[in-house]
Amino acid sequence: MTRKKRRLYVLLLCGLGLGSATALTLTAFQDNLVFFRSPSDIMREAPPANRAFRLGGLVEAGSLERGTGADGRPTANFRVTDGAHVIRVSYAGVLPDLFREGQGVVTLGMMQPDGVFRAREVLARHDETYMPPEVADALKRAGHWNPAQGAAPPPAEWNTAPRRGG
Amino acid sequence: MIGELGHFALALGCILALVQSVLPLVGAHRADARLMALAAPLAVAQLIAIGAAFAALLWAFAVNDTTISNVVLNSHSAKPLIYKFSGAWGNHEGSMVLWVFILALCGGAVAGFGRDLPSALQARVIGILGLIAAGFLGFIIFTSNPFERVWPPPMDGQGLNPLLQDPGLALHPPMLYLGYVGYAVTFAFAVAALLEGRVDAAWGRWVRPWSLAAWSFLTLGIALGSWWAYYELGWGGYWFWDPVENASLLPWLIGAALLHCAIVVEKRESLKIWTVLLAILAFGMSLLGTFLVRSGVLNSVHAFANDPARGVFILGLLMAYVAGALALFAWRAPRLGGTGIFAPISREGALVLNNLLLCSTTAVVLVGTLWPMFADILFGAKISVGAPFFNAATAPLAIPLVAAMAVGPLLAWKRADLAGALQRLWWVGLLAVAAAFLTLLIAGHHVWPALGFAAAAWLIAGAAADILDRIAAFRRPSQAWNRARGLPRAAWGGAIAHAGMGVTFAGLAGMGLATDALVELKPGQSTRLAGYEWRLESIRDVQGPNWSSRRATITVLADGQVVTVLTPEKRFFPVGRMNTTEAAIHTNALRDLYAVLGDERHGGGVVRLHHNPLSPWIWVGAGIMALGGGLSLSDRRIRVSAPSRKAAPAPA
Repeated sequence: MTRKKRRLYVLLLCGLGLGSATALTLTAFQDNLVFFRSPSDIMREAPPANRAFRLGGLVEAGSLERGTGADGRPTANFRVTDGAHVIRVSYAGVLPDLFREGQGVVTLGMMQPDGVFRAREVLARHDETYMPPEVADALKRAGHWNPAQGAAPPPAEWNTAPRRGG
Repeated sequence: MIGELGHFALALGCILALVQSVLPLVGAHRADARLMALAAPLAVAQLIAIGAAFAALLWAFAVNDTTISNVVLNSHSAKPLIYKFSGAWGNHEGSMVLWVFILALCGGAVAGFGRDLPSALQARVIGILGLIAAGFLGFIIFTSNPFERVWPPPMDGQGLNPLLQDPGLALHPPMLYLGYVGYAVTFAFAVAALLEGRVDAAWGRWVRPWSLAAWSFLTLGIALGSWWAYYELGWGGYWFWDPVENASLLPWLIGAALLHCAIVVEKRESLKIWTVLLAILAFGMSLLGTFLVRSGVLNSVHAFANDPARGVFILGLLMAYVAGALALFAWRAPRLGGTGIFAPISREGALVLNNLLLCSTTAVVLVGTLWPMFADILFGAKISVGAPFFNAATAPLAIPLVAAMAVGPLLAWKRADLAGALQRLWWVGLLAVAAAFLTLLIAGHHVWPALGFAAAAWLIAGAAADILDRIAAFRRPSQAWNRARGLPRAAWGGAIAHAGMGVTFAGLAGMGLATDALVELKPGQSTRLAGYEWRLESIRDVQGPNWSSRRATITVLADGQVVTVLTPEKRFFPVGRMNTTEAAIHTNALRDLYAVLGDERHGGGVVRLHHNPLSPWIWVGAGIMALGGGLSLSDRRIRVSAPSRKAAPAPA
């Protein structure tokens, strides 16, 4: 094999590698990017049906109800607020250790036609003083909290907005 | 006093590292033998200084010196001694000291064992290692002093995060850092080769063991981390495609490409430029991992410190080292041209394919890991990229990689006969297809687990076929035993590592068939899962040394016989005001029975039960891979200092 031919092979191979990596990444991105939405975002613009996204905010104080589903799995219903709007969430499963009313939470799931967010996963962090950055951002955007002024106010004071279906 | 000594030793080490980075490099450039001869003693002196600093830190943790803020934040007197030590590197500052200590150890090893290296190459390698050490020591001294004092000293420390008080996690950081830092040495060799303008087989003989050792340790470190996540976090999973996990996977993938490529340089003096580039990228990925974990730019379950100043410093180091090395590469690489010529179908060709696929996988994982950060900066979009993306994007690359893994070792150097190699693998292919069909038959319509078992059979049997072929077990069975003993350990190591990958694939496929149940049980009630009867006996209070817990007792029965008694717990640690979930696991090497206790109410408790077929194989396979790496390392050819028994060229 001559030097020129070899160089051509090398270039072809690199192109193939880069091309396949790009193609795979783009197709996988198309279906699997997960967006973050706050309750206000959902009110402003209805999320596309049948597409999972992450909903985050504070768990409204006193909103948690635990029960048992038809299949014997434990269920939890609670409301997530960003101070301006509230979304009801239903979840079948064990809530994580650090799940608390009044604290930040991020859930992954889909919006149901009845306006309830059916969570597939509820994420809580290792540290109980930790506020997920997306949630902090959502609270700021809702205009109820300026992080420069210290910790977030107690969630009982957050629910000034009219409640939907609450 | 000990604290100040430790701090002083760090500063001394930093100055020594600076001197070590300047004098030998200047000496090598001017061909000044006296300056070059300084390299090894300086590296040893730096090792002594950093060793003293590390010992001082361990001492402070061992005696629980509460005047040191790092001890106050991360330790407590009521803690077993091993976790006092592991607490020393279970935090940002201490782990950085461990990092530079391992780097100094590597520098000392190059100084001690590298006497038969050409002196200019040795001086340059030690100089580059000094440059890296100086940067990271500066980082420790200016942004994260582990010996900072607090006054007045509190009565006791605040304790180590209970999740980290675990033997798996005590070993996880040292293993991982041995891997990361090992790539600093291959990086130093690559930059030294660029400065010299020469890459030869001797260079390949040095780079290969370092890349092999780094890769083996990284494999162990990742496996320990994954195993810890499996039994300690209690989520029932083992790999979450979390950014921090990906940060360790990136150098592993590039490192795997590097160690295969270094074989070609050593044996065939080909692919030299590419190997140098991979060595630079492998260290770049290690630094990127360090940056991602410590800067808080990525939102992760287990990010370390969230201090922007530190992030900027590490980013600066990353840019300086990697951009500098890449600039040097662009300038000097053209003179490294390879001499070996090979046909596309050959051992070299197979290794190029391996590199291509591993690098593409790295690119995919890198983009998936970093894209949320860029999307946030560029478009303000809050997105996340999870397991579905990584599974969808890496599987199409893993399939050809696995397919080629069994064929490659059977190909001859330079020009090979693909049909002949495939012919020798016919029974392996048959086994793989049988494994897939058997899975579909037994477990029903599960495509990915079937593919996983096929891959496992293909790899394990393929490795066996490789060894059988080399010892000519069928052609000349009478001499097979002698040939097996004469086979170089590198050949055994390679085959064992490939088989280990197969064992890991079997574990992954088994986990693909895992079943779980989430039920609310009252004491005395039972449920069925995976052919077992799980009966909740009781839930009661238990008091531990530094925690109190609620412990459930679950008896698992099969056909009326007691298989095991599981005792999952929810622990509360008053020192850190933390709750942890302690999963209970019973394994018999073929399957894990796994139980987690959730909330309690109505006099009963919610339990999550898992039946995980073959899950231990995931980590056993990783251990076998690392073992293969270690065996390969002990090969006489690689131990450069060992005199070779025969002058004949190594068998291919």
